[in-house]
Amino acid sequence: MGTLIVNVARGDATERRSERFEVPAYESQTVLDVVSWIQQNADPTLSYRFACRVGMCGSCAMMVNGVPRWTCRTHVQKVAKGGALQIAPLRNLPVIKDLVVDMDPFFDKWVAAKAVHHPSRGRAEPMAEIAPDEPGRVTASAGIECINCAICYAACDTVSGSPDYLGPAALQRAWTLVNDAKDGARDAILDAVSGQGGCHNCHSMGSCTTHCPNDLDPLSAIAGLKRETMRKALRRA
Amino acid sequence: MLNARLFLLQRLSALVMAPLVLGHLALMIYAIQGGLSVGEILGRTQGSWFWGLYYGLFVLAVSVHAGIGLRVIAHEWLGLRRGLDAVTWGVAVGLGLLGLSAVLAVT
Repeated sequence: MGTLIVNVARGDATERRSERFEVPAYESQTVLDVVSWIQQNADPTLSYRFACRVGMCGSCAMMVNGVPRWTCRTHVQKVAKGGALQIAPLRNLPVIKDLVVDMDPFFDKWVAAKAVHHPSRGRAEPMAEIAPDEPGRVTASAGIECINCAICYAACDTVSGSPDYLGPAALQRAWTLVNDAKDGARDAILDAVSGQGGCHNCHSMGSCTTHCPNDLDPLSAIAGLKRETMRKALRRA
Repeated sequence: MLNARLFLLQRLSALVMAPLVLGHLALMIYAIQGGLSVGEILGRTQGSWFWGLYYGLFVLAVSVHAGIGLRVIAHEWLGLRRGLDAVTWGVAVGLGLLGLSAVLAVT
């Protein structure tokens, strides 16, 4: 077995530094395994997040050799360059400590995009019947498997340049709700994504879709929002 | 930073500019084939309502388009957080005045 050279970004928001660790390499080792090995064997003060270890919870995303990735499903063999790894906290979010970022701005923007369910029927009314192959349902279904890992948010250069921009994840969720026949606030969502930080700031660079670990397509969702908001604006005019 | 209205204005101005740019390029290539003096060009443009409207519309579309485009660049690349409306209006009005004065001078 060989040895991996791992440089880990450490420190809090005010003082950042890089620390070098030598980690034993194993077959089928994930990047999260490497981080856990460091925390358990080299430095117990290393802070990082994970929960499920199987790509469901979306909490272990980090920058690996400059690319945002879900570390629990990323094999070291596929991403190490010359037996070396650079591991850093997610881009575009404030660092709390070491590899842990503050996710508040990310989730605040989901709320700002009105990307929450707005009930259209009461408890006593029968449930709406929606066929799985209805066009709106198909479009909504394409984006609902988001695990809130913020990899798209970290990958997005528009978020870097324009901190008020709502970002791919919040806009994709807004798009699924616009297409959901059970959501009762379609116009309010379209208004919420048409403001200063709205979907129109997207430059269609596509980093979100390139890096989404669940193979979702926020780029097309944002394009859909642009189309629908323009239709709405032209109807008003 | 870029709301739905500015987005729409930028797309509409691009829509106006696209055929005008192609017409402008075709005209330039056609006009200089046999060698054309300034006097001959002015002889065709002066007093022409068509060319006045053509380039007048061109200038207005460019002013709107560039004003909004440079607003985005000022925000994302130069980190300008305040005064974006002033940048937009400044560029749009400045380009509009320069362009329209040029159009007036040759028509």
